Amino acid sequence: MQDFFAPFLAWIPLLPLLGFVLLIALPLFHLREPPEAVSAVVGVGSVCLSALLTLLIMWTLFLNNPSAVLQVSLWQWLKVGALQLGFDFYLDWLGMAMLLVVTGVGFLIHLYSAGYMHGDDGYRRYFAYLNLFVGAMLILVMADNLLLLYLGWEGVGLCSYLLIGFWYRNSANGDAARKAFIVTRIGDTAMLLGLILLFSQFGTLSIRALNTAAASAPANNLTVTLAALLLLGGAVGKSAQLPLQTWLPDAMAGPTPVSALIHAATMVTAGVYLIARMHPLFNASETAMSAVGIVGALTLLLAGFSAMVQSDIKRVLAYSTISQIGYMFLALGVGAWTGAIFHLMTHAFFKALLFLSAGSVILSLHHEQSLFSMGGLRRKLPFTFGCFAIGCASLAALPFTAGFYSKDQILLKAWEYQGGFNGIWFTGILGALITGFYSFRLLFLVFFGNDGPASAQCKDANNGVMTLPLSVLAVLALFGGLLTPPLQRVFTQAPAGHAPLWVEGVAIAAPILGLALAWLLFRHNTSPMESRGKSALEKLWFSGWGFDWLYHRLLVQPLTSLARINRNDILNSIYNGTAFICRQLHNLLSTSQNGLIRWYIASFTCGAIIFLALLVVL
Amino acid sequence: MPTETLPDLLTGLTLSAILFCLGLIGLLVRRNVIYLLMCVEICTNAAALAFVVAGAHWDSSDGQVMFIFIITLAAAEVAIALALVLQFFRRRHTVDIDQLNGLRG
Repeated sequence: MQDFFAPFLAWIPLLPLLGFVLLIALPLFHLREPPEAVSAVVGVGSVCLSALLTLLIMWTLFLNNPSAVLQVSLWQWLKVGALQLGFDFYLDWLGMAMLLVVTGVGFLIHLYSAGYMHGDDGYRRYFAYLNLFVGAMLILVMADNLLLLYLGWEGVGLCSYLLIGFWYRNSANGDAARKAFIVTRIGDTAMLLGLILLFSQFGTLSIRALNTAAASAPANNLTVTLAALLLLGGAVGKSAQLPLQTWLPDAMAGPTPVSALIHAATMVTAGVYLIARMHPLFNASETAMSAVGIVGALTLLLAGFSAMVQSDIKRVLAYSTISQIGYMFLALGVGAWTGAIFHLMTHAFFKALLFLSAGSVILSLHHEQSLFSMGGLRRKLPFTFGCFAIGCASLAALPFTAGFYSKDQILLKAWEYQGGFNGIWFTGILGALITGFYSFRLLFLVFFGNDGPASAQCKDANNGVMTLPLSVLAVLALFGGLLTPPLQRVFTQAPAGHAPLWVEGVAIAAPILGLALAWLLFRHNTSPMESRGKSALEKLWFSGWGFDWLYHRLLVQPLTSLARINRNDILNSIYNGTAFICRQLHNLLSTSQNGLIRWYIASFTCGAIIFLALLVVL
Repeated sequence: MPTETLPDLLTGLTLSAILFCLGLIGLLVRRNVIYLLMCVEICTNAAALAFVVAGAHWDSSDGQVMFIFIITLAAAEVAIALALVLQFFRRRHTVDIDQLNGLRG
């Protein structure tokens, strides 16, 4: 059975990539833009086939076998000295869980996009980029060595750039795209350094070989710690964690389904996947583990506070994404590998649902995104309201939603982390309270209260291809908690013990308290924050703790002023100077070429006289 | 003819040098192309004279051979040069050599 399916493994990433090539090449045969239906069928179909293939492999091979492994070696990719890399794919339950999320949620978002992007000039281009993204993400997930993973890693970065700047006629979108690309590049550079370090130390880039080597390395080995920290740098960049989180809120410039697919459900979780995949390496170094946990905890709080005061519907969701990925990092830091991946899955469900229903709201309100122009939409968009409410409940981890189970696992593990009450756990609980607050603040502002200015022009824009993915995602966001991936063979971790009952109670109470706070504030302040002035703290939170300002002052401005000083490249003046001297000499000599024959004769005569004189004298 | 009656080498060469300088000065000061050609002719003939004087001094016929060569060369040169001057005059309606400076740098 395993041998039978191994060759099909390569088709999972290949199908979306083929879709991309086909979509890019379509105008070559058509000579004009193909009809939307063609682009949609190719774009959605390729991902659909890929998802079906994934499901088939899961069903036949993985479902009843927690230690199932599938691998295929396509061809030798690189061979330079000791560096031998193959185009090899490897699939275990960790990869399978990611594959299901990427192809499944990806397919639903593709389907939704077919309706959402209807009438856009770049319809074909959009699906081409989306397919390329899914292909690159699948390569990332299935890679058997770190360089192949890095290929996918860069591929998704590229697609992120292309899709954030999708509506490129507005220069602000281009700025956002460049920002995302450059900021993640900082992380990518750290990651590349990590790869080089790992190779120079262990002589291989194969993930499994590295993990075995790292596990047997002496504890707290400096090289291992350094390599783990460098990989963490890459993960931090891609997953928008502190201190490289600034690109994600701006990345909302892209179309809303893109935000759902890339900046919420799949790509930004690549960092979590990387750390989970390399967990023996991280396990071997206490420093790296606590760094992961602290980064996660800090990001979780900072982004949560920012999300509480945002006025743009997509920016709230963006900050909540940063915050939720902070939860996953926190989970990784305390060794709750299963919890992190489980939360990754449920987060993909409810965040995709939230973004897609936010997209419906935005489309229904004719591209209005300000929360304070909305209000009372539950009467006009009942279906979207239902989906959004489910998404918010799951995000806030209200009991019995999908988010509840995954977050509960994480919090329990965090409690056990130091055998009782500790800072990480407390941060998690505080984060849960904040999450409850901002998710329901969002829900109330959009769907409850009086009609806002934009609500009057509301026209339900949902159609069949948009409601279907929303419904499926809503079901997943409610009951996805039952789909625990059997990861016990991938991660050797002790099963969660029993925490005191009040710990459970606090974990359940925190989001409900947040909900209640949001409701109280909303009741007493029907038009909050827009009418009254913002306090200094709110301004700080609104700007995302001033990180943009700080980076602008600290990095961008010195660089631009240096560039201004060095506008005429200083080193270049050596070459320019040489050219200048040559040109002057040339001008000097060319004045002697004046075209007058008698002048030539005179100089000739002078020369002859001087020569003869020298002959006589010497 | 007795040897003593012949002008000695120094006198002959001095005459030749004076002739050459006259030709050269003519080349430098005149602008008319026809005059320039005549000056060139004087210069070549000065050189030819030097050959003849030297040949006579060493009692050799080589000098006279060279003289015939030079006369031939001068004839050929004048033939070509005059044709060029004719073309020049037809195109520019002038024989001023300073007008002929199209190759200035």
